[in-house]
Amino acid sequence: MLTTRRQPMGIWQEMNRWQEEMDRLFDRWGVPVPRRFAQAVYPPLNLWEDDNCLYVEAELPGMELEDLEIFVNGENQLTIKGERKQPELEEGTWHRQERAYGSFQRTVELPQPVEPDKVTAEFKLGILTITLPKKEEVRPHRIEVKAG
Amino acid sequence: MTRSIVQAEPRPGEVTVERTRNGGTYVPRFDIYETDSELVLFGDMPGVAPEDLDIRFENRELTITGKVARRHEGIDFLYGEYGIGDFYRSFTIGESIDGSKISAELKNGVLTLHLPKVEEAQPKKIEVKAG
Repeated sequence: MLTTRRQPMGIWQEMNRWQEEMDRLFDRWGVPVPRRFAQAVYPPLNLWEDDNCLYVEAELPGMELEDLEIFVNGENQLTIKGERKQPELEEGTWHRQERAYGSFQRTVELPQPVEPDKVTAEFKLGILTITLPKKEEVRPHRIEVKAG
Repeated sequence: MTRSIVQAEPRPGEVTVERTRNGGTYVPRFDIYETDSELVLFGDMPGVAPEDLDIRFENRELTITGKVARRHEGIDFLYGEYGIGDFYRSFTIGESIDGSKISAELKNGVLTLHLPKVEEAQPKKIEVKAG
């Protein structure tokens, strides 16, 4: 599981608390936003749809697409798996470690069946976007209404 | 060592400029380390394009602003776990930094900032001569 390493004592603790308060203050209103890191589920996901596809998005800064494993189990489960590595420190001292590292895996149920063979993923600016085409039978069919 | 970087707090009487972009502003998470010659900062800023990143260093204050394109304008999430907004953070740097030599790199949503110390601030090794 992913953990956030924190400085143990003193002024850093104070600052981390301040940080958390700032985070809370700036959480977007109206959308329930859980803690971004050091939470039970990582990465947090957003899910939306249009007529033909479901879209799943995750912020995964510092990852590469080839380090991520994405698969669809059956027709309605999506798994995202990977490991985020900490930069190597050859010399010097850490002053602050707020970012989280480690292995993560998450499987979510999709609201509609998808075509597993047609799933595509894009990774840009640290944001993973997965496009999952819906199965034909669940796509809405437009009924043409003819003027009488 | 631990006093060299201090989080900026608003100073008394200082005017806070309110931001006017929709979607909220987030505090990006940073890792910071220090070597004899520089401070290195790593910040998570997913969704920020290099041209939308603004980094300033004035009067020992480092401010980092990243604008994030509103990529979901008009979309209703079926399921939403995080919000999208700009990033803003500032640090007051206690070390003497050579502002002209600061370098920044943005890759896969991670900002890496190198803040080289001025020569005088770097620890000098004192040679002890055998008498």
